[in-house]
Amino acid sequence: MEKSYETVIGLEVHVELATKTKIFCGCSTAFGAEPNAHTCPVCTGMPGSLPVLNRQVLEYAAAVGLATNCEITRETKFDRKNYFYPDNPQNYQISQLYLPICRNGYVEIEAEEGHKKIGIHEIHMEEDAGKLIHDEWQDCTLVDYNRSGVPLIEIVSEPDMRSAEEVIAYLEKLRMLIQYLGASDCKLQEGSMRADVNLSVREAGSGKLGTRTEMKNLNSFRAITNAIEGERERQIALLEAGENVIQETRRWDDTKGESYAMRSKEDAQDYRYFPEPDLTPIVISDEMLARIRAGQPEFREEKMERYRKEYGLPDYDIDILTQSRHMAELFEQTSAICGQPKKVSNWLMVQTMQLLKEKAMDAEDICFSPEHLAKLIALTDAKAINSSVAKEVFEVMFTSDIDPEQYVEEKGLKTTNDAGELKKVIEEVIAANPQSVCDYRNGKEKAIGFLVGQTMKAMKGKADPAAVNAMLKELL
Amino acid sequence: MANMISDETIDYVGILAKLALSDEEKEQAKQDMGKMLDYIDQLNELDTSGVEPMSHVFSVHNVFREDVVTNGDGREETLAGAPERSGDTFVVPRTFEE
Ligand SMILES: [Zn+2]
Repeated sequence: MEKSYETVIGLEVHVELATKTKIFCGCSTAFGAEPNAHTCPVCTGMPGSLPVLNRQVLEYAAAVGLATNCEITRETKFDRKNYFYPDNPQNYQISQLYLPICRNGYVEIEAEEGHKKIGIHEIHMEEDAGKLIHDEWQDCTLVDYNRSGVPLIEIVSEPDMRSAEEVIAYLEKLRMLIQYLGASDCKLQEGSMRADVNLSVREAGSGKLGTRTEMKNLNSFRAITNAIEGERERQIALLEAGENVIQETRRWDDTKGESYAMRSKEDAQDYRYFPEPDLTPIVISDEMLARIRAGQPEFREEKMERYRKEYGLPDYDIDILTQSRHMAELFEQTSAICGQPKKVSNWLMVQTMQLLKEKAMDAEDICFSPEHLAKLIALTDAKAINSSVAKEVFEVMFTSDIDPEQYVEEKGLKTTNDAGELKKVIEEVIAANPQSVCDYRNGKEKAIGFLVGQTMKAMKGKADPAAVNAMLKELL
Repeated sequence: MANMISDETIDYVGILAKLALSDEEKEQAKQDMGKMLDYIDQLNELDTSGVEPMSHVFSVHNVFREDVVTNGDGREETLAGAPERSGDTFVVPRTFEE
């Protein structure tokens, strides 16, 4: 009989915090600067420079801890992790080993068997490293320290996940919580969220953990899913062949669909951690914790509950609207202006979601304002534009947040209310399409659809189809 | 000297510190490290069972800075110490291993 295997997965997730400055100095974290423009003696590890902790980093880290049901370590401090590599100008990374800021938390995900808790072992604060770029021409490596010292939190889960689906659900949950907090935009593609996957397999029912490998370089949900499935198969094949899994770090190549062992840097990983002497310990007082707690936003579950009561929307709508805080806020603000939550919901759920999907964009990137969406709804309500024109206008608004009222005016898209003009056009259409007219008169009801279409075309879309239909019937 | 450092240990520490030591230097380093460990042993004779581990030498805590950009373009100052530069980046020997 074939053996059945269970996959055991734990994740180390690095999240880049959305601060304006680095973790220990006043250098900007903004993207797109010239190489090394955002550097100073502190973030390049010059002797004699003194790091000072950015208060916002501590507050974001604690806020993420509270949102993930962690205990907050009231006396926390930093440690040095020593290693030599050109991406690290200090020859050590300031991180937390002994007293990480958050411990023993969990998040809940929807798994096959229902609600499932994924344990969070710890969350710690640390600094990012510089960027290495390989120069093929000169066969050398170029170093840019703009990312050196950018604040990160590392969220270490317990080995509680059993499938790629659970891993994705866990990552989506973390991403949503952190985006709701505004602590990071959590974009895998851009590297503001990075996940390393620790995976082992064992025979189903075995209580003992197998030897695990760590996989790096996973920058999309698809790559994570592929890497998990590939690594599971690789490890099972080894065990079936009577071989051992070696504990090692592997790099996933998503284009080739396979992983390979990363050669260890010279020797075993011995980071010789010790307490960071340049930074003072941190004592989180009751007041500080209370203030961070008071600043927590309304999270998704509470929002969903409130939407049911306050707006009376179907669960389907609520589920989509609350997936991103930005989308939810857009909904609330637009509804407050126009007082028609269901219509707002429809624009967001249908047209907005469709455009986001087409353009491979994140809901966080929606740029149109609630005022403009409210105006668009008012224009359609007043029958000033018909639904197909409204969709056109919406698409323009989605890309460049134009004022729909002004746009409709400028482009002359308003529906004609001039009955005289409409009558003239319809008479022309009737004269030009004798066959359809004849069909209609002989009882072919459907023929009128063609005539409505011809009229709308002649009017360049600027007519109310219901009015056209009514007048056609009258004139026929 | 109570603590004897083995050849393996000194080689390993040399690798971690990225130092290529001559045989003479290795002998000297073994002596120095042995003496340091002896000193630590001496400290360990003290009964510290009721003493909280000290994480910092000063009795200060919670020194923070606000999240405000205070540094401008640091390129030239940072790159002034570069052994070699290409445009605005440092140039180092190839690091990528595959
Ligand atoms: Zn700096």
